[in-house]
Amino acid sequence: MTLDPNAALAILAMAAATVLTRIGGLVLIRFVAIGPQQRRALEAIPPAVLMAVIAPTALVTGPAETLAALATALAATRLPLLAAVAAGVFVVAVARAVIGA
Amino acid sequence: MNTKDVFREFAGGVRAMAPLIVAVMPIGLVFGAVAASKGLSSLEVTLMSAVVFAGGSQFVAMDIWTHPASWGALGFSALLVNIRHVLMSASIGAKMPAFSGPAKYAAMLLLADEIWAMAESRATYARLSAAWYAGLAVPFYFVWVLTSLAGSIVGAFLGDPKAMGLDFAFPAVFVVLVMGFWKGRETGVVLAASAAAAVLTHQLLPGVWYIAAGAAAGVVAALVTDQRQEARA
Repeated sequence: MTLDPNAALAILAMAAATVLTRIGGLVLIRFVAIGPQQRRALEAIPPAVLMAVIAPTALVTGPAETLAALATALAATRLPLLAAVAAGVFVVAVARAVIGA
Repeated sequence: MNTKDVFREFAGGVRAMAPLIVAVMPIGLVFGAVAASKGLSSLEVTLMSAVVFAGGSQFVAMDIWTHPASWGALGFSALLVNIRHVLMSASIGAKMPAFSGPAKYAAMLLLADEIWAMAESRATYARLSAAWYAGLAVPFYFVWVLTSLAGSIVGAFLGDPKAMGLDFAFPAVFVVLVMGFWKGRETGVVLAASAAAAVLTHQLLPGVWYIAAGAAAGVVAALVTDQRQEARA
C-alpha cells in the first residue's frame, strides 16, 4: 500500500477536471435562460449522448456487436431492461464464438 | 416527504439500478487488474476510483499512465473524456426541481453515465427525487470503488470478460435506454446525426472526441429540424 506523490497529484488532477465537467452543466443552466429553443436542445441531449457512446461499438466494431445491438434493441421493445440486456450479452457471446472474433 | 417515503424512493432507485450494479462489477475488477498491471498500488487504484469515479476516463488514463505520472496529461485527458458530463448535468439539472441546492450539487458529484441515464429515464415518467437518485448512485459508487480495489489485488487471476460477453453489458443497457427516448421522427434525426458523427470521428481521431462530436451533432440536428418546422408553420 504505497501512494506515490506524482500518482496522487495526477489522480487529484483527474478528479478536479471531472468535477468541473460534472458541475459545469448545472452552472450553465443557471446563467442561460431556458426558452423553447434551449429546451429543445436540452431534450436532444440524452438520446444524442447515448447514441454517440454506443455508435462505434454497435456499428463498426464487428458483426457480433452489431448483431447483438440489433437484438438488444428488438428485445427492448418487448422485454424489461434486465432481460433485454441479458439477451444482448448472450447474443454477443454466441456470435463471437461462432464467428471466432 | 416522511422517512418511509424517503426509504421507499431510495429502494426504488436501488431496484432500478440493480442490473447495472451487477454489470459494473466485472468492469471494476478489470479496471483494478489493468491498473495494477500498470504499476499502481491498491491504494492508488482505490483512491482514483473513489475521487474520479468515471470509468471511461480511468481506462483512458491507464493507456497513457507513465512513471512518474504526468498530472497535466492525465488531468487534460480526463477533461476531454468527461466533457460530455457538461451536457449531461445541464440536462438532468433541469429535471431536479425537487432537489435542494446543495443536494443538486452533491448529486452531480456522483454523475456517471449509467446513473445519469437511469435518472433521465425516471424523469420521463415520474418526479425525480433526491432519495431515488441516491438509490441509483450510492450503491453503484461503493461497488465501483470496492471492485476496483478487489481487481487490483486479485487481478492476475481474472479471466477475460470478453469471452462471456460481459463487456457488452453497458452498450446493451445504453441501447435499451436510447429506445426509451424515442418520441417519433425528430428523435430519429437526432440519433442518425449523432451516430454518423460519432462513427466518423471515431474512425478519424484518436481518443474519445467521438462522444463530444456525436452529442453536438445530435443537438444541432434537433435545432435545425426545429427551425425548418417553424419556417413551414
